[in-house]
Amino acid sequence: MSAVHNSWQPTATIQNLQRRAEILSQIRAFFAKRNVMEVDTHLLSHCAVSDPFIDSMQVNYQSLAGGDITPMFLQTSPEYAMKRLLCAGSGPIYQLAKVFRNGESGRRHNPEFTLLEWYQTGFNLPQLMQEVEALIQSILPYQPFEYISYRDVFQRTLQLDPFTASLAELKSACREQVEASFEDEDRDTWLNLLMSHFIEPQLNATFVHSYPPSQAALAKITQDDYGTPIAARFEVYVQGIELANGYHELTDAQEQQKRLKADHDQRKQLGLPTYPLEMRLVQALEHGLPDCSGVALGVDRLIMLALNCNQIREVIPFSIDRA
Amino acid sequence: MATYSSNQLKNGLKVMLDGDPCTMLDVEFVKPGKGQAFTRVRLRNLITGRVWERTFKSNETLEGADVMDTDMEYLYNDGEMWHFMDNHTFEQFAADKNAVGDNYKWLREQDKATITLWNGNPIAITPANFVELEVVETDPGVKGDTAQGGSKPATLTTGAVVRVPLFIEIGQKLRIDTRTGEYVSRA
Repeated sequence: MSAVHNSWQPTATIQNLQRRAEILSQIRAFFAKRNVMEVDTHLLSHCAVSDPFIDSMQVNYQSLAGGDITPMFLQTSPEYAMKRLLCAGSGPIYQLAKVFRNGESGRRHNPEFTLLEWYQTGFNLPQLMQEVEALIQSILPYQPFEYISYRDVFQRTLQLDPFTASLAELKSACREQVEASFEDEDRDTWLNLLMSHFIEPQLNATFVHSYPPSQAALAKITQDDYGTPIAARFEVYVQGIELANGYHELTDAQEQQKRLKADHDQRKQLGLPTYPLEMRLVQALEHGLPDCSGVALGVDRLIMLALNCNQIREVIPFSIDRA
Repeated sequence: MATYSSNQLKNGLKVMLDGDPCTMLDVEFVKPGKGQAFTRVRLRNLITGRVWERTFKSNETLEGADVMDTDMEYLYNDGEMWHFMDNHTFEQFAADKNAVGDNYKWLREQDKATITLWNGNPIAITPANFVELEVVETDPGVKGDTAQGGSKPATLTTGAVVRVPLFIEIGQKLRIDTRTGEYVSRA
């Protein structure tokens, strides 16, 4: 009965783990049929992700027993490594990767989780979105998907244009929907708050695309039909759960370097730890990244949806508290 | 009192918000795909009982509330206040109507109850899950088949009125579940 006594046991039932195994092999079959090569890149890197709001776990590496300690980082996604492979001529690739994110723990988060990341050379964003839908449809019961732009989804649910609304308008829209007393001068904080607390829970089987350029991460910047600059990025939601995040990938090495530097500067400004930047990614892009689109999908969450589970711990063998 | 940052929040933590002590009922980590994390918390105001949701961002700090639950013995009611004693320190505390609420119905002198103290003052009381109280008024009992359905109201020594089976009579002691206010059995 006591928690301590039971702590050897898995957090998922064996039945759920059998379903998990089936889904993982369905995913592999999906890519085998499409001639996408499976890769398994390193989990441990000399560099950490630049994203200011993703925290890497640090590991003490010694090349010789008792030798000097070199700090290394567990990957938060296989993105950098996979892009280096693409630059080296791999062609379309996918990976079922264990990734690690410090401080991310909750009903839908485990600090160590499984990410499905894949890249299709020659694909634009609509083509990749269709492939993501095909993959999801192959695992979950069939449901029609909606495709809507970031601007339209804000206008539909909040009668607010996320590209043109002033900071004051965004704040007051937030205060109407969400009780929060903090201040913040970054528009994206308020957009993220509205998205995660108010819009997301209403989204079922939806692709949201064409993000503000300030939320581009590693997506290309293009223009929408009105000539507004947008990030060629999408996110997928099913039953209010954020499932995947994809980009028409940035191929410009100089722009890549600029964004890494901007992240680095933002980290400094926010008083967050700064880590070595992955300059080998910039070098790879200088060599040449083929035009491609890529996406990262939370496999554990996909399994939660397939199995009708509310908590990530129900679909992974041992959650962090029992790991 | 301690201060907590938003990444230390957890269920059961007691903090001060808008001047009132609150307890955290549910703490959920919310992380947009790109962008900073939020902590979304369901809270209960320990003074008003109100339950609501509030969102914090990662670097916010909250002041802890000096709230603790202590088991005490119920002594007496003086017409206005309910008096309790901590049997370890022999310290006495007087709780007012706001703190006691409807729970006066389950307080029998010398019974144990849990008193929630904020800065040393009672703000809520929780009676034991089960109490035994005597019937002072009810319709005459019906003898015979005790398994037969049907119920009637009975007034207990504390003034509480509960539904009881038909065979219950004045003077009998009953076991009551204070969480539901329902009759369990004869004591």
